[in-house]
Amino acid sequence: MNSVKENRNISDSSLLYSFMKGSWGYFVLSITCSFIASGADMVIPQILRCAIDNVIGGSDEMTSIVRTITGWFGGTQRLRQDLWIVSLAVMAVAAVKAVAQYVFRVSNTKGSETLAKTMRDTLFSHIERLPFEWHMKNHTGDIIQRCTSDIDTLRRFISEQMTSVVRILIMLILSMTFMFSMNPRLTFIALIPTPVIFIYSLVYQSRMRTKFRVCDESEGVLSAMAQENLTGVRVVRAFGREKYERDRFEAHNEQYTGLWREMAKLMSRFWCVSDTLCGIQVLVVIAVGAWLAVKGRMLAGEYVAFISYNSMMAWPVRQLGRVLSEMSRAGVSVERISEIQRADEEENEPDAQRPDLDKDIRFEHVSFSYDGETDVLTDIDFTMKAGSTLGILGGTGSGKSTMVLLLDKLYEVQRGRGRITIGGVDIRDIDTKHLRENIGMVLQEPFLFSASIAENIAITSPGIDMERVREASAAACLDEAVEGFAKGYDTFVGERGVTLSGGQKQRAAIARTLMKDTPIMIFDNSLSAVDMETDAKIRASLEKRFGTASIILISHRINTLSKADKIIVLDHGRISEEGTHDELKSAGGIYQKIYEIQSGGKEAADEQ
Amino acid sequence: MSSKKTVEKRDRGLPFFGVGKILPFVKPYRRTLITMVICGLLGSVQDIGMPLFQRYSLNHFVQGGTVDTLGWFIAGYLLMIFTQSAANYVACEHALRVEVSINRDIRNAMFSHMQTLAFSFFNQNSVGYLHARIMSDSSRIGSLASWSLMDTIWHSTYLIGSVVVMFSINAKLALFVVSIIPVVAVLFSVFQKRLIEVNREVREINSTITGNFNEGITGAKTIKSLVIEDTMIDKFVNDTSKMWHKSVGAARLRGLFAVTMNFASSAALAVVLWRGGYIATEEVGTFSLFMSYAQGMMEPVRWIIDAFSDLVTTQVNIERVSKILETRSDVTDTPEVIEKYGDSFYPRKENWEEMKGDIEFRDVSFMYPDGDEYVLEHFDLKIPFGTNIAIVGETGAGKSTLVNLVCRFYEPTDGQILIDGRDARERSQLWLHSSIGYVQQTPHLFSGTIRENLLYGNPDASEDQIMRALKLCSADEVIERVPGGLVGDIGEGGDTLSTGEKQLISFARAILSDPRILVLDEATASVDTIIEQKIQNAIDTIIEGRTSIVIAHRISTVKNADIILVVKDGKIVERGKHDELMALNGYYHNLYTRQYEDEVTSAFLG
Repeated sequence: MNSVKENRNISDSSLLYSFMKGSWGYFVLSITCSFIASGADMVIPQILRCAIDNVIGGSDEMTSIVRTITGWFGGTQRLRQDLWIVSLAVMAVAAVKAVAQYVFRVSNTKGSETLAKTMRDTLFSHIERLPFEWHMKNHTGDIIQRCTSDIDTLRRFISEQMTSVVRILIMLILSMTFMFSMNPRLTFIALIPTPVIFIYSLVYQSRMRTKFRVCDESEGVLSAMAQENLTGVRVVRAFGREKYERDRFEAHNEQYTGLWREMAKLMSRFWCVSDTLCGIQVLVVIAVGAWLAVKGRMLAGEYVAFISYNSMMAWPVRQLGRVLSEMSRAGVSVERISEIQRADEEENEPDAQRPDLDKDIRFEHVSFSYDGETDVLTDIDFTMKAGSTLGILGGTGSGKSTMVLLLDKLYEVQRGRGRITIGGVDIRDIDTKHLRENIGMVLQEPFLFSASIAENIAITSPGIDMERVREASAAACLDEAVEGFAKGYDTFVGERGVTLSGGQKQRAAIARTLMKDTPIMIFDNSLSAVDMETDAKIRASLEKRFGTASIILISHRINTLSKADKIIVLDHGRISEEGTHDELKSAGGIYQKIYEIQSGGKEAADEQ
Repeated sequence: MSSKKTVEKRDRGLPFFGVGKILPFVKPYRRTLITMVICGLLGSVQDIGMPLFQRYSLNHFVQGGTVDTLGWFIAGYLLMIFTQSAANYVACEHALRVEVSINRDIRNAMFSHMQTLAFSFFNQNSVGYLHARIMSDSSRIGSLASWSLMDTIWHSTYLIGSVVVMFSINAKLALFVVSIIPVVAVLFSVFQKRLIEVNREVREINSTITGNFNEGITGAKTIKSLVIEDTMIDKFVNDTSKMWHKSVGAARLRGLFAVTMNFASSAALAVVLWRGGYIATEEVGTFSLFMSYAQGMMEPVRWIIDAFSDLVTTQVNIERVSKILETRSDVTDTPEVIEKYGDSFYPRKENWEEMKGDIEFRDVSFMYPDGDEYVLEHFDLKIPFGTNIAIVGETGAGKSTLVNLVCRFYEPTDGQILIDGRDARERSQLWLHSSIGYVQQTPHLFSGTIRENLLYGNPDASEDQIMRALKLCSADEVIERVPGGLVGDIGEGGDTLSTGEKQLISFARAILSDPRILVLDEATASVDTIIEQKIQNAIDTIIEGRTSIVIAHRISTVKNADIILVVKDGKIVERGKHDELMALNGYYHNLYTRQYEDEVTSAFLG
């Protein structure tokens, strides 16, 4: 219970922080490696400088570190004879850099992928544990969008933007430090244009982002237009509006292309101006550096090294503008994800019980409303003996499915509006998982998973016991249909597989429920798409199979209900009649009328 | 064109990566492309020039110890910066322009071609697939024709230019540096090939994960009632672990790729230092020039290989696009017919005859192009103007076949369909469609306003006619409810309206076009009883004075039809008036009784 409370008040940043658990190590490693790689980048110009000035140029002006290092190899004179040693030094540093860079990239990906995995896993298991009510309230498309593209935006933010900023800053600071150590005055001169370049790139990038959004929206419209045209192809053809459609599409396509043409100008201008600015900055460094060198304040190697550092600085400055302008997107995504994360998961009562459920089921004066205004169920009160069969007759909107949802705790009976008990225990006090594990429910429009038929039937049990699968499938009269498929029980069904007919789906769902072998079974209109004969066959095999189970049958076929030990007629959320088939068929109520219509249906129809 | 040749070659992929197929789309922009290429060359040449400036600065100023020409140097350098920026600006702008233009042209071509394709095509290709062809293949091809070309030009110019400069200055040293290129190129190609594969694998897993989310959310009720949350979560975690491994694997490969490139640059640099260090004694500038080129050469190699791999991967897109563009419709008008009546885009309405509305099936046999069984055999049926035909049967029994034939969505495999006594093929499709009104089972409205939707069937309708049509279908109340009324936006697919309301609007749309023949695919959607009554009334109103074909899901609504055709398993099993069919005591009787029971039961249970 406590964790839920905390969940509610969770802030966006602490949510992100909690997702980062497990990826910190990778990020620390990747930043360390980035530091090493950048450091190696800085060393190479120093080697070249030393090679040009001291080894080849013969100058004796060098820092003590350089002197010590060259000393190891027998001094600059000897190195001059064996330049390959210097080459090897370059290669060695390059190798260090390569390794560091590689580790940086890999651990950066590991970090961001771990983060993405944590987010996906957490969200998915959270969503699976959210109450059914939440699922009904939210749009599937929207949630999926949040779980996929928003997570991706966040992943990119962490792996590209955040580490980029760190890398860029490291590069900037290091190259500035080295430049400064060589020639402070030239460094200041080199730095003068950088704020201009940075601000220019920041401003331009955010302008382009706005334009990008406009382009995206326009593309969305165009895409929707194509989509509508393709889905509505019958309407288009039947009304002969091909020309209209084409003209409309082309007009919008032109508009969209026009937006991109503007964008092309803007982007080209940005590249062109920032190239020019950077070019001028380089020119300033080259020209002033040359002048300084001529005046003897700089050696040739220093000059070359300085130009290298300067070019290392140019890229990060331009990049920084882009990265910063994209950061705002991540905030929106975190917000959208945390909205899901803040919803409360299903929770058991603290001292939930796990009693045996092969007991009497009682609805005690249960009333229920989804919206808090209109009641879907009013004062439902009945007892169902353990091991008996209860039939419920009701039309659409009579509340029969709601009764089942309440019994399965997919919705909960509000306090003070009656209660449901099994063996005298209020189901609110029964462990939800335990309750559902003991209720086998087959829905009218069953959902099959993207998996083989065998996997679907055996989904509730670990491993696939083919013998039991076959047995269940025979009891549900599904076996013949399955044998008709080329791959039999290995036939892949669901969204990306073979499409089963409504009746086949219902029978697969029945087989799936039979595998559970539960003391309570509910069939919510689950034979509606099956023809009369199969319906009878399935019922016969169910009767044989479940001597002891309590069975609830919901249907509007009298045939299906007639053998039930007790039948309830639901009318607008109230129980209007209650009794056995024999009692009700002559009770003068709705049941009798329907019975007469259905048994003497043909004659009645003929009279019409 | 040479369609036979392409069929033969398709198995082995298109020749020259399918470039020939996109030439017609590129041709209109050849001037722009030429400008782009010239400016790209110009910009690239300047890139080669930069190190030469540095060389001069080092050799002349630093080593020569003079600043005499510094003014000229700065002027020259500035000139180079500005010409390069200008050249690159033009090149980029042109490349982007070509990209979006080709993109647009392919989208247009695909879209308008699809307007002419037959229904068999739409049955064989899902909307999602076709949509992706219009929207995403076009952009891949556009960027291939502009950016891949641009990149190749920029980078190969730089590469060739720098090699030439190096050779002209010091051939021996140049040879050492250049020898690294082929090694690197081979390595990169290998990496690139693997990378394409790995990226595909990552995309596949990613779509599995999206599928998992979808299943976990839409199947929530089932998952909860079966208590298999943990199974689902385990499966999910398993897939995300796979995703992790694949992504990290891809990152390793990409990392190796990048690292190799950087290392190769450094290796080139080391070679210059080792074999060319001696030059620095006399000409530091030349030494630095070699260093610059050595370091800058690997990047272009990578870009060229990138461009090439784009060409290879885009081949698939080109193939798919050209396959669709080369698809011919199963239902076409003959040249003579087009000559007289015009085609779908350029009708010649002056030659159109007024339609009376008689339909006749004469010895029609029909098999769906993707089917292997005749669904109609030697079928004869006369439907004189004003007749009301009903087609009944269970869901999925194939009730749409006759409608598909009357509307010429398909052509009969054998036999003839006569409209006003003449073979339907003697006149254009648009002529026929202009006189047909069509109301679909799941009403399809377009984004926009109600008014735009109503005018779909008759663009010239007056305000008066619109209001009358709305009243006739009791759709005028919908207008009152919708914010903005007739000209209020109803959202994508008209989704701000309820199904029943959409149905009423689609009736009004059909009435407004005042068709001689009306096709109604009756709604099964659950609408409330008040709307249902309105819809029934609307149907009764609009079929008056027209030839009408109603596909009925509930028999009770069509009992009064002039002829009822009963369909089972795709075939017409019984036909006649209601009373005759009931008297047969066959399939129709059975169907009717069952539906009647269900209806009455539901009516009682309310």
